[in-house]
Amino acid sequence: MSVQTSSTLLTVSPSPHIHKEHSITTMMYAVVYSLVPALLMSVYVFGWSAIYVTFLAIASCMFFEFAISKYFFKQKASVWDGSAIITGVLLAFNLPASIPWWAIVLGSLFAMGVGKMAFGGLGNNPFNPALVGRVFLLISFPVPMTQWPEAMNANRWTMADATTGATPLAVIKEGLDAGVPISELTAQIPGFFQLFTGMQGGCIGEVSGLALVLGFLYLLYRKITTWHIPVAVLGTIALITGVLWLIDPTQYMSPVFHLITGGVLLGALYMATDYVTSPMTPKGMIIFGVGIGVITVLIRLWGSYPEGVSFAILIMNAAVPLIDRYFKPKRFGAVRNGK
Amino acid sequence: MSKSDQHIKTFPKGGVHPNDEKRSANVPISELPPPKMVSIPLSQHIGAPSVPVVDKRDPVKVGQIIAKSKGLVSSNIHSSVSGTVTKIDYVLDSTGYKRQAVIIRVKDDEWEESIDRSETLVKDIALEKDEILKKVAEAGIVGLGGATFPAHIKLNIPRGKKADYLILNGVECEPYLTADHRLMLEKGAEIIIGAKILMKALGVEKCVIGIEINKPDAIANLSELCKEYPGIAVQPLKVQYPQGGEKQLIKAVLNREVPSGGLPIDVGVVVHNVGTSFAVYEAIQKNKPLIERIVTVTGKEVDKPVNLRVRIGTPVQDLILAAGGLPDNTGKIISGGPMMGKALNSLEVPVAKGTSGILLMPEEEAHRKAQQVCIRCGQCVSVCPMGLEPYLLMNECEKEVFERAEKDHILDCIECGSCAFVCPSNRALLDYIRLGKRVVTTMRRERVS
Repeated sequence: MSVQTSSTLLTVSPSPHIHKEHSITTMMYAVVYSLVPALLMSVYVFGWSAIYVTFLAIASCMFFEFAISKYFFKQKASVWDGSAIITGVLLAFNLPASIPWWAIVLGSLFAMGVGKMAFGGLGNNPFNPALVGRVFLLISFPVPMTQWPEAMNANRWTMADATTGATPLAVIKEGLDAGVPISELTAQIPGFFQLFTGMQGGCIGEVSGLALVLGFLYLLYRKITTWHIPVAVLGTIALITGVLWLIDPTQYMSPVFHLITGGVLLGALYMATDYVTSPMTPKGMIIFGVGIGVITVLIRLWGSYPEGVSFAILIMNAAVPLIDRYFKPKRFGAVRNGK
Repeated sequence: MSKSDQHIKTFPKGGVHPNDEKRSANVPISELPPPKMVSIPLSQHIGAPSVPVVDKRDPVKVGQIIAKSKGLVSSNIHSSVSGTVTKIDYVLDSTGYKRQAVIIRVKDDEWEESIDRSETLVKDIALEKDEILKKVAEAGIVGLGGATFPAHIKLNIPRGKKADYLILNGVECEPYLTADHRLMLEKGAEIIIGAKILMKALGVEKCVIGIEINKPDAIANLSELCKEYPGIAVQPLKVQYPQGGEKQLIKAVLNREVPSGGLPIDVGVVVHNVGTSFAVYEAIQKNKPLIERIVTVTGKEVDKPVNLRVRIGTPVQDLILAAGGLPDNTGKIISGGPMMGKALNSLEVPVAKGTSGILLMPEEEAHRKAQQVCIRCGQCVSVCPMGLEPYLLMNECEKEVFERAEKDHILDCIECGSCAFVCPSNRALLDYIRLGKRVVTTMRRERVS
């Protein structure tokens, strides 16, 4: 406890001298934790294969990030920062539980290689890597990508071949295209409560809206993310499908159906909110979300795929630089006469 | 201002919430005796350095003028001690550069006779408007919140402008610092008379004192004291950094927005720190120039965090000794608060008019964490109180496209540091923005000439 003027080496740096106690890694892992409820529900619904697909996807994504960093970039890989884990989980969440192993590995390679590392790695990719992987698989291998094991199948704990069925969205879409009345179609799909809790066919992570919402509330509570994008996406979808449903309930499903089936909740809460590939300002986020909502509905109702969230997000990802350029925050002092 | 206006206000956009750390809030101000030697810098204010009017071997008294203001924006400097001028030399100051200072060997404590050293409160303001302006300039008063802008310049309202409000800044939103807090508790009456003097000089009828609600005792004290003075009121403010930023404070208190590139007077407001108000009281009512100030000496490992009344020119190490000495693991010494203060590179740096605190940071907090890539999380945008896009400005400055940074209003940045504080990737946002501001300012100057 003495004042040393000569031997004390003082650090000198510009302000600020204190820093908030968080980092990329803490934020990324918070997202990983928030996805656990959805994974647990999925395991309950689809059995062991949900775990197997998820962990293989995580391992593949981490491996490819590591390998590309080390052998192409010749730099230390940051595989433990959590971002590769998120991509792995989200890719798996966008796959059917019955997907063959080689498709998972191939999808991971495409997601990390083309979706992320080709652009320079974390922070530089314009498109959501997990969705790049999913859409690549969907277009290249449509058959395994559109066969979904049935929810709550009796064989789900034995790894035996499960019977497959169509997703509620596909049932409705194909039925309507064939001219079947909507009242007959709704009888073939589970009720809203079952749909929302996760008792439906579909990709691993998208089935339980309830679990996804719980995880998202945790992220909101931790202030990891904001409400803007999800509210804009869900609000837009509800608005358009709601209006159509009010006009002609015999041809259009109710907005509630559209919100709790397919990838809408997974996409709106977790894929569209990806920091790197979404706009920077609240105003921009709203525009971005509205765009996703509109494109999703267009594809679902009039496109050739029963589901359109992935495409909608990727298309709006491409518009992000433009949105950032034209939707600036409200500047302090951009006023006349002080009012 | 009516009672119903007493609800808590704040500025509308951005801001952060660093830990408060006001360790010295309950420690009354104590006086640090004059040291053996002082070095009084000739640049303690924004503007041109003052010109010394004393020479080697001259005897000086406390309060005697030793350097005169030079040019339009400058300030007088007075001796804070009595003794002999040993030399006028270059010494390290808080900027990290060696700059001119008057070095005085202290002998006794002999004050100029014209200075009233009694504690009696002088309420009646005898001087007229012009006399006040002259006296404030003579007394070498500068903004004591940290910006050190010469106070008399802000009191001279430019032709064509009109002020209707004086705002006293008692926010003290920097973590750790408590100098203004203690002053508001112990010298509240003097601060309010100072405000009356400033109001008289400005010709305004209304004054609001803005204080963050983490200082309820100061709010209570000043609210009680200003009952006597119609036109003066206290406005409690939310604890939110940078509440004490001049533009944020005006917006919070009066909902007036200083236009980009403008000054508070453009919206009819003049802002002074509570410490400045106290200095004005002493100058006008007690004939005492600015020769000392309150400095908080604090830090997580500091033995006895204190608030000291210190003579200008006292070396920082004397202050640290008064707070129990330098903790062994000190890694960084900051002049000012942790958000906007300057890191010192020597313990011999003298206290200047703008030194609001000395913060000793332990070694483990002294270093920045490694910078990572921008993940576009947008937090810098959402915390920026000026509505700027720090990530974009940093990018533009890094790529040296300063014309674009200028178009994106880089000069609006108030350097509060909220963006760098909140960035999860520890990016050097403010460093690049500061660099860009300098380049853009130079570019503009060249364009004019």
